[in-house]
Amino acid sequence: MTYAIEISGLKKRYNNGFEALKEINLQVKKGDFFALLGPNGAGKSTTIGILCSLVNKTSGQVTIAGIDIDKDFAAAKQHLGVVPQEFNFNVFETPFNIVITQAGFYGIPREVAIPRAEKYLKQLGLWEKRDGPAMALSGGMKRRLMIARALIHEPEILILDEPTAGVDIELRRSMWEFIKELNDQGTTIILTTHYLEEAEQLCRNIAIINKGEIVENTSVKALLKTLNQETFILDVEGAAAGINVSIPDYQITTLNDGHSLEVEINRGQSMNALFTALSDQGLQVLSMRNKANRLEELFVKLTKG
Amino acid sequence: MANSQIIVAFLTIVRREIRRFMRIWPQTLLPPAITMSLYFAIFGNLIGPRIGDMGGFSYMDYIVPGLIMMSVITNSYANVSASFFSAKFQHNVQELLVSPTPNWIILFGYVIGGVVRGLLVGVIVTLLSLFFTDMNLENLPITIIVVFLTAILFSLGGFINAVYAKSFDDISIIPTFVLTPLTYLGGVFYSIDLLSSFWQSVSLFNPVLYMVNAFRYGILGVSDIDVGFALAIISAFIVGFFLYGLRLLNKGHGIRD
Repeated sequence: MTYAIEISGLKKRYNNGFEALKEINLQVKKGDFFALLGPNGAGKSTTIGILCSLVNKTSGQVTIAGIDIDKDFAAAKQHLGVVPQEFNFNVFETPFNIVITQAGFYGIPREVAIPRAEKYLKQLGLWEKRDGPAMALSGGMKRRLMIARALIHEPEILILDEPTAGVDIELRRSMWEFIKELNDQGTTIILTTHYLEEAEQLCRNIAIINKGEIVENTSVKALLKTLNQETFILDVEGAAAGINVSIPDYQITTLNDGHSLEVEINRGQSMNALFTALSDQGLQVLSMRNKANRLEELFVKLTKG
Repeated sequence: MANSQIIVAFLTIVRREIRRFMRIWPQTLLPPAITMSLYFAIFGNLIGPRIGDMGGFSYMDYIVPGLIMMSVITNSYANVSASFFSAKFQHNVQELLVSPTPNWIILFGYVIGGVVRGLLVGVIVTLLSLFFTDMNLENLPITIIVVFLTAILFSLGGFINAVYAKSFDDISIIPTFVLTPLTYLGGVFYSIDLLSSFWQSVSLFNPVLYMVNAFRYGILGVSDIDVGFALAIISAFIVGFFLYGLRLLNKGHGIRD
């Protein structure tokens, strides 16, 4: 199988001696929607930096679209688009010029770049703002501008480093719709995010990196299956503050709000049995939700310590 | 990248550089015009007649080539150092680094941006000088070659300065404490024949002296030094600075972790 990204034995030691990556191995399939997760300082940005040539690797091999970056990085870069975490465009330039200029850096002539810029700026809702200074754009618009810029050479792999940080919910959703469409059209998406529910909802495969090592690399589905215990918050009618609800085999805590129970359910335990037992005690369940995102629970478990 | 793509990338960098200094023309094109007009008026018109001839020419005629060259040197240097350092500071240099544009094209593109500004300012100052004196070009090819090579050399110098710079102060230290003294002591305002033999020998270590004199030779037909030697010195510095600048880019000094 040809991978979109293939990393083997990748190591990065900074000049101050800090070992950011400890010989990691990672493969991202073509067409995948892939999440690279990890706490701050785990090595995500270093990995992305090496892929897009902003960080020099210490050792190891990296191929992008089957091209070894040590042999022909320029050819590999043609297949890669990057949306960085921080705004990194000239704020005095106009969005139109920023996107057209980026096309030029990829060797795309203006007559090809101009209609493409129009297409992406329109799709991302920036066409009306194309001739104003980029510094006048809102935070969400600046992020969308970086997406348009990353797509101008129509790469087959798009890396998004925390693209929705600080973006409001509505905009975040529309951004994801757009990215999902790109993925449906065949673009491989690699995403880092702190919003783990995004990764759970959007990504098919996932790698979790911690202290420079890949601690998990599997499908989201398979990863969630390893979750042995989930905590739910039940909103119940009939309970009072301090009431002691006790059901054998279930660990239940009454919350201070007086109408919510926190219940830990082990894998294989029946929810029906729980509801019946609560009903027998005169309690009616009005609603139920996860205490934390399921992926978040696994993430904390895998990266703690 | 194919050759046609490399040309597109190169022209994109140059176009962006020109757009940058044209957008802020009151900071880039206007100040040298005002400063040099003052030099012409004060040193040339007011003080010049009291000084008398220099090298067989009126003082005004003598300083015009040096002042044009001084504008070219400072502006080509300032353009690249300010532009590349700003790109580092705002992180938009990453736009280039993530692209397949080869490093030598990045360097070449920035340098030509600096050359265009340097030459444009040179033309403005030359046109202003015509209000104060008649200019007779003795040797047009030498004049053009010298001014072009000088703009290339100082654009490269500005680039190297910007690569090492960590703050805006760092890109003003070299022009203030190195470039200005070298230019003022590089024969802009006087012939080194006026100096004692010791200081004449010291002056020969100043690369700006060769550029000012070669340019003066192109315009007036007189020079304190051999023009062929001057061109060789400038060319050698260009090769050295280009290779050094390229090495810094290849290593990612100050721009890649």
